[in-house]
Amino acid sequence: MTALALEITDGVAVVTLDVPGASVNTISRAVRDECAACFERLAQDRSVRAVAFLSGKRDGFIAGANIEEFVALTSAPEAEQLVTSAQQLLERIARFPKPVVVGIHGACLGGGLEFALACHYRVVTDHPKTQLGLPEVQLGLLPAVGGCQRLPRLIGVRAALDIILAGRSERAAKAWRLGIADELVPVPILRDVVLAAAGRLAGGWRPERRRPGGVLGLLLDRTPLGCRVVFELARRRVRATTHGNYPAPLAALEAVEYGQRHGVASGLKREAELFGQLAVGDVSRKLVQIFFATTALKKDYGIPTAPAPLEVRRLGVVGAGFMGAGIAGTAVVQAQVDVRLKDADLPRVARGLAAARAVVNERLARRRITRYEHARLVASLSGSDHYTGFGRADLVIEAVFEDLGLKQQVVGEIEAVTSPSAVVATNTSSIPIASIASRAGRPDRIVGMHFFSPVARMPLLEVIPSETTAPEVVSTAVAFGRRMGKTVVVVRDRPGFWVNRILAPYMNEAGYLVLEGAAIEEIDHLMVAWGFPVGPITLLDEVGLDVAEKACGVLYAAFGERLAPSPAVPRLVNDGRFGRKNQRGFYRYAGGKKRGADPTVGELLGVQPNGGAHAATVLQRLVLVILNEAARAFGEGIVRQPRDGDIAALYGFGFPAFRGGPLRHADDLGAARLVSELERLTERHGPRFAPCDVLVEQARSGTKFYN
Amino acid sequence: MPGAQGRRVAVIAGCRTPFCRAGTLLRSARAVDLARHVARELLERTNLDGRAVDEVVFGQVIPSPLVANVAREVSLLPQFPRDIPAYSLSRACASGAQAIAAAADQITLGHTNVAIAGGVESLSDIPVLASRPLADALVSASKAKSLKQRTLPFTRLRPRDLVPVSPAIAEPSTGETMGQSAEKMAKENRISRIAQDEWALRSHTLAARGTDDGRLVAEIVPWFPERPDAPVVTADNGIRRDTSLEQMKRLPPVFDRRYGSITAANSSPLTDGASAVLLMGEDTARTLGYEPLAFIRSYAVAAVDPGWQLLQAPVWAVPKALERARVAWSDLGLIEIHEAFAAQVLSNLQGFAGHGWTLNEDLINVMGGSIAIGHPFGATGGRLVTTLAHEMQRRGVALGLVSICAQGGMGFAMVLERA
Repeated sequence: MTALALEITDGVAVVTLDVPGASVNTISRAVRDECAACFERLAQDRSVRAVAFLSGKRDGFIAGANIEEFVALTSAPEAEQLVTSAQQLLERIARFPKPVVVGIHGACLGGGLEFALACHYRVVTDHPKTQLGLPEVQLGLLPAVGGCQRLPRLIGVRAALDIILAGRSERAAKAWRLGIADELVPVPILRDVVLAAAGRLAGGWRPERRRPGGVLGLLLDRTPLGCRVVFELARRRVRATTHGNYPAPLAALEAVEYGQRHGVASGLKREAELFGQLAVGDVSRKLVQIFFATTALKKDYGIPTAPAPLEVRRLGVVGAGFMGAGIAGTAVVQAQVDVRLKDADLPRVARGLAAARAVVNERLARRRITRYEHARLVASLSGSDHYTGFGRADLVIEAVFEDLGLKQQVVGEIEAVTSPSAVVATNTSSIPIASIASRAGRPDRIVGMHFFSPVARMPLLEVIPSETTAPEVVSTAVAFGRRMGKTVVVVRDRPGFWVNRILAPYMNEAGYLVLEGAAIEEIDHLMVAWGFPVGPITLLDEVGLDVAEKACGVLYAAFGERLAPSPAVPRLVNDGRFGRKNQRGFYRYAGGKKRGADPTVGELLGVQPNGGAHAATVLQRLVLVILNEAARAFGEGIVRQPRDGDIAALYGFGFPAFRGGPLRHADDLGAARLVSELERLTERHGPRFAPCDVLVEQARSGTKFYN
Repeated sequence: MPGAQGRRVAVIAGCRTPFCRAGTLLRSARAVDLARHVARELLERTNLDGRAVDEVVFGQVIPSPLVANVAREVSLLPQFPRDIPAYSLSRACASGAQAIAAAADQITLGHTNVAIAGGVESLSDIPVLASRPLADALVSASKAKSLKQRTLPFTRLRPRDLVPVSPAIAEPSTGETMGQSAEKMAKENRISRIAQDEWALRSHTLAARGTDDGRLVAEIVPWFPERPDAPVVTADNGIRRDTSLEQMKRLPPVFDRRYGSITAANSSPLTDGASAVLLMGEDTARTLGYEPLAFIRSYAVAAVDPGWQLLQAPVWAVPKALERARVAWSDLGLIEIHEAFAAQVLSNLQGFAGHGWTLNEDLINVMGGSIAIGHPFGATGGRLVTTLAHEMQRRGVALGLVSICAQGGMGFAMVLERA
């Protein structure tokens, strides 16, 4: 196996990396060894005056290190050793006696960017696929092959921290503006420019690099005091967002700071040590598992022997409300399909079109698209109060009000105007797909697509086939969901599907805790500290109390007493409190901002805030209802694999990623412990805590969700 | 019965935006936006896949210098593949009709099978130009190398050179405005003020009726304004239900204050709007499963000296078209005459009568005309063809005529037939 090709012309050695048998280049031990040998040879070869390094892949440079190698690491010293040897290679390149120029087209991430940073001159293409970044912290790691040393030295501490701590990727133009790249060129001339630069550098020319940022930048990036301020502010920001649950950003910060204080060599040593600790740590392991699970999910259509999905060129959306408009806007932006929006009257269509356009406008405002692309995307959006144009729709998603009769009627209308091969998806969070399809003329073409609100931002999509849904319809819905940029999980057609099913008892429990006198902000604070992005009460306000009431009611009707809603939410709804959307909920809102818990809620609920349950009990009750219901739902086959359930919980309602998901977390705690804790809660708080059969069986047999 | 040669051209469908008085509901839209909207909605209404279209032709009289070929911007809509050729043309007020005729010719010749032809005008968005001296100064300054060279050209400007220039609706060859020409025609043909006002009132009354009973509204695609809180525009806003002869009588003449008869009430208003028509070869329509509204039987254009009666050329175009169609005036069951001015319509009718033709007003402009509905120059031809084809179908009329007068002393006529 040879990943590197070498060709010498006019004293410039052109090294091309093309890892065989892979669609993208990643850096494995083998590639590193080959690279080391290659540079050794180039050092010896007197005819070589400069080196030009390029990727042989069509649209990718180097996507990063080979993560599979991290999984195999068993100890911190072993991990440290792995990056130390990589560091030595890049040090060799950085100190290479002949200039090394790198041409970057396509993704240049993690170890790929660290490699590029070690080279002496970087040329990037202005193609949208060219992205440069250090995503290591997203895997619970830090850039440990010099990234924490070379990037801040090249572009300044502040800009480097922005990239390293967020694990962010920058587009080529931005990377060039920041100074990561020396030149930004069109794709067809990349090779010529790289070769020319190599020749110039070999002739003694040196690039002039100016760092942007002005006087303030100089003070903050170049003075010890300024740096201390920068590091302190960054540390505070990291603590505020990670709540101490994710060690990687702090470790990366430390590596950068240590290197700034003690020099590159010491900095590299510190990077390696920290990498060793993180790589075998629990958080990174979980995040790497999630990375692999998400990657695997992207290739999975959720049904055995899935047929090829139908091509969707045109999407019809019925219902121009918040959901429908969000679906339309996201579909245009992400999948670049032609979208026709339909609602009962023109003013609603107009508002829906405006809301969908806002999704496109936002991309323009964030400079993700040019104004010409924007104009083209906006022109893909149209609407009417009739079903005109639906005859050409390959997929129609209905997002009308959650009412069975209405949905059945709308499905009938859609069937009357679409071609027999069209797929009709129904966006519902609580109504069984089988009921919606029961009156349909073509029930095999009907499938559930449960989007989460707001559609443009929420990354999850549940696809729900009914018993009668044709396999081709399922793969079409899954494929289109993916084109919309969603992580797609196929779930069984049972009330609440997966996410709402496990969310309902959690919401209910939060309500019970409030009624018992627990402080609203305290409950939320505990769950945020545990790792949720927001607490359950805030989530209720965000989702909408009326929506939550309805959804929890459906689950209560389906599953009985166990999922009996707490009376707290209905009482608030009766008081006209719908949450953030009408600026009245558990919290107070002013000017669209949340302003602390509403003191009148206690009065309304007839509760004297007495501190309620102990913090530990609050946490235990809220977490265990989730784990218990997730285990039960898994036992019912709502998801096919623990992987699907965990990923859906992560992306669907923000279950803490570093805990891996509810099923993974249940495995970590152990079924025996869960069962005994649940039994204790049952005695104290009633049968809703009764451990489900799946956990009881696991406790008995000592099995787990993941083998 | 086939056309003179080649295959028959079917009018499959047509639609238009609401026609709105310039500076009102469509003022924030550019012409290109209106044209793209109407073409896209035509696809929607016909469930036609954009990939089936071979050519796009649009008429526009005052194009924006920023969008010189509006038709190409239409054919670059995301609903179309990017390889549909498109061009824009001008035959003044007959531009939309000329676009239809030009596209039809290509179908007859077998060069294309499916075409979208239409027209657009935004008189809210007309180009405002720099005066020639200012333009010259700007051009020399842009070529200058030094600060001195850059400033020098401006020192020669006079204050009046700074006044922007906008296109006037006047004949370049005679300097006569359209209104002055109409005034002249009213006098020469002895068209009375009262006759003009009555024709204008008729236009409003019939247009209101056509709107209220839904016939006109059915041809209109709603316009969604950029601002979500602004109301959706669903109907023409120039049609008046509250006017009367008494009110019209009180209006002063605009172009000849002393002896004139042309007023704001008996002229067509400056208007924004777009229209588009879907055309197919008869065989293509059959293959694709479309039921034609009508077929284009013939068309003809004539011209007269613009210094004579500027808007009287239809009197020569119509007999030419009838002759090419091999039909007689008396065979026509419906007639759509563009109403630039009531004086022009009545002059045209006088001219037709001069051919020995019997006039039956009940067949003419049965849903009103441009005086009430409005006249976005490039878009009027598409409106007339669409309205005529639909009404012919509703009434079961076999032959219909479109007659349009145009700037430059030109006249356009087209004969449509059903089955």
